[in-house]
Amino acid sequence: MPDILFMIFASIAVLSALTVVLVKNPVYAVLSLIACFIATSLVWLGLDAEFLAWTLILVYVGAVLVLFLFIVMMLDIRFATMRARFSRWLPVGIAITAALVAMLLAFIAKDKFIPNADVAILAYGKDNVRNAELLGNHIFTNYLAQFEVAGVILLVAIIAAIGLIYRGPRNRRQQNVHKQISADPRDRVRLVSGE
Amino acid sequence: MLQYLVFSLSLFGIGIAGLFINRKNIILLLMCIELILLSANTNFVIFAKYWGDIGGQAFVFFVMTVAAAEAAIGLALLVLVFRSIKSINVEDINQLKG
Repeated sequence: MPDILFMIFASIAVLSALTVVLVKNPVYAVLSLIACFIATSLVWLGLDAEFLAWTLILVYVGAVLVLFLFIVMMLDIRFATMRARFSRWLPVGIAITAALVAMLLAFIAKDKFIPNADVAILAYGKDNVRNAELLGNHIFTNYLAQFEVAGVILLVAIIAAIGLIYRGPRNRRQQNVHKQISADPRDRVRLVSGE
Repeated sequence: MLQYLVFSLSLFGIGIAGLFINRKNIILLLMCIELILLSANTNFVIFAKYWGDIGGQAFVFFVMTVAAAEAAIGLALLVLVFRSIKSINVEDINQLKG
């Protein structure tokens, strides 16, 4: 990827990430997060991860962040009172952030990270092998069991989310199947002798 | 190569800083966690290209799966908390205090 495109998309991503953190209205924060993810997926395109770039847009932006947007818009919250003052933990936060970033930066700057020509012969686009094909071959060859477990995790997440949120019929009439089935004629009709 | 790592590192730093700046609002905390996850995924993609190994991208695939599940359950819990105490301020969630 030409460096100029990387610089453009990376600066868009970093600026929108800053907006996420600093903006007051959470709706704007979610929208900036969406912008950040889209810009990052364009950076991923330049890193030869085409399938994951599109997956990031479709799955992450299309499902997860829109879910965030729904939640932010559905809950009736006065967000203005929530950010009244910076807490007393702010110096601690700044210190921890600076320490982590300095540590990682020292590690990054230590190595030269010049891609080794012997190693970096990934077959992206080479011999008409596409990224999705390569990734699919790799996952279904080496990580088949893990792939199934990922499916089970998603199923468990669906069931858990519905089970947590669902609270039965409210303010509407609905038949109670269990009660209907367990009804007994002797509870309804009492036969008396007509003497 | 270095500029990609610095990009990922700056996303990580912004996410961590956001955790401390927005430590009252649970929704914003979850969004900062998403930012940190994005920076971790970006690191995986960078090093997949650096080593010429598709395994890093496979990891990103699984991390995305688990992150989607985490977001769904986290938001469900958030809605439950809002139903019971009518607030999503972290400082109002103090019922477990001994």
